[in-house]
Amino acid sequence: MREIVIISGKGGTGKTSLAAAFATLATNSVLCDADVDAADLHLLMQPEVQQRSDFMGGSKALITPGLCTGCGTCRTLCRFDAISEAFAVDPIRCEGCGICVDFCPAQAIDFPVQRCGEWYISDTRFGPMVHARLGVAEENSGKLVSLVRKETRQLAEERGHDLILTDGPPGIGCPVIDAIGGATVLVIVVEPTVSGIHDMERVIDLAAHFRIPGMVCINKFDLNIEMTEAIEQMVQKHNVALLGRVPFDPIFTRSMVAGKTLFEYGEATKTQQLVREIWAAIITSPAMNPLGIVDFKATIQ
Amino acid sequence: MIISVASGKGGTGKTTVATNMALALGSGVELLDCDVEEPNAHLFLQPVIERSERVETPIPLVDERKCTFCKKCSDLCRFNALAVVGKRVLVFAELCHSCGGCMLVCPEGAITETGRELGMLNFGNRDDIGFINGRLRVGEAMSPPLIKQVRAAADPERITIIDAPPGTSCPVIAAMNGTDFVLLVTEPTPFGLHDLKLAVEAVKMLGISAGLVVNRADIGDDQVFAYAEREELPILLTIPFDRRIAEAYSRGTMIVEELLEWQQRFIELFHKIETIVYESKAAVCAK
Repeated sequence: MREIVIISGKGGTGKTSLAAAFATLATNSVLCDADVDAADLHLLMQPEVQQRSDFMGGSKALITPGLCTGCGTCRTLCRFDAISEAFAVDPIRCEGCGICVDFCPAQAIDFPVQRCGEWYISDTRFGPMVHARLGVAEENSGKLVSLVRKETRQLAEERGHDLILTDGPPGIGCPVIDAIGGATVLVIVVEPTVSGIHDMERVIDLAAHFRIPGMVCINKFDLNIEMTEAIEQMVQKHNVALLGRVPFDPIFTRSMVAGKTLFEYGEATKTQQLVREIWAAIITSPAMNPLGIVDFKATIQ
Repeated sequence: MIISVASGKGGTGKTTVATNMALALGSGVELLDCDVEEPNAHLFLQPVIERSERVETPIPLVDERKCTFCKKCSDLCRFNALAVVGKRVLVFAELCHSCGGCMLVCPEGAITETGRELGMLNFGNRDDIGFINGRLRVGEAMSPPLIKQVRAAADPERITIIDAPPGTSCPVIAAMNGTDFVLLVTEPTPFGLHDLKLAVEAVKMLGISAGLVVNRADIGDDQVFAYAEREELPILLTIPFDRRIAEAYSRGTMIVEELLEWQQRFIELFHKIETIVYESKAAVCAK
């Protein structure tokens, strides 16, 4: 099983638009939306949900007023400032550590498990898709990312798919760390801006930290050619593969408004051809196939 | 007054709005970059960094000479950050949420605390504008504790502008909670609208008043405007798509420096926010 995870560091560089475009080119793949916090891939995929499941995250403290003696132990022990003077737990501040539950002398604090979101197995016109929706203001997004990826892998194995295409979250924190662990390659989508470069370097460091091969694709490259060239040099210095350049093309926005992928919208364009070449570069890269086996399935049979 | 600038979707222009508003207002303002995973505000505001400090979060340190391997600590820890294996206690530092429970429960007093590096806090100035950012250590998973430290370092005497991270989960909440106003920056595309709706839900949950900046206002479709009207979200500023702005941004140049007419527009944006905040406070007092 091979998994391509698309990340960027900076948001809004075109991860999801490119992931959707790749989905139309991939054969025998399963899609996974690992950006559970602000998931958008479904807007282009219009998935038909086949199976819907609750995501149970951590627990949160709940004080039973009738049992509480107001001794203040919980307020003293809570390091997250989550308990008010009136002994009510602020669910937004509660970290779910359960210390107040364990140390309450009156045993007045419950610790119910929270339903933090939902995850789905769906059908799309490009094959199955596993995605999720984290509840607003919830924690445990990393846990949900791990769950969605695990379920994708299982589904791919059951149904005989050999490739997973994962749309990752922005940033470098917990959801990203959980989105990249065990991936075959990372496709890093970068834009040629000072912030794009800055954030790409941090993502490349993260990939190196977890020893996952990364490849860089420059989107909107013509916004700043000098910056694009600087990225290309930097990428070489970091020993990361360069996939190519995609121009700033309003067709991405127009196809998004139409709810379609790049390849389903309008006439064949130069941009489509460039994205096709980038996809070919990903699929044929040594990182995707370290043993150089052309048809892995045939080889093991 | 504390204004947080958030968006749901990434790349809609949070940092652009936060830094330009700060620069337009000038002295008496402090900008906090709370997007600690990918802090960018300094690339545009170009502050002189005067000092930096390392930020740590407490994690347990077990003295195995005192430990009786009773497992009370590992039984208590909800985050599986401790495991007792034979005559060893393993601490998985990166899983620890720093609640201190293991130290409290240990009957032998064998647990003290040491630190895990979360990242750095940087303090600086651009002319009279204060600047603080947090930089999460690469490989560190938990950003909210660092975001809280950035917030705690703010000067309460000044107008605070917070550049928040994208999304709607715990890091954004840590950046928005307890602020006086949330300025939501969006773009009129299906992705922009979808993530804006999630951000609006989060803001409602926190009970903070909010307004909208529509960036690249002439791309995409008009659904964001229709939504804003339905939700009675005031549109406080629209920024058209202008290749000059996009190219200036790519070089790290700010709009108010490149196109002078924007100086006044960002000052007006602030005045509109100020009016909404005072009116909502007056309404609360009247009740």
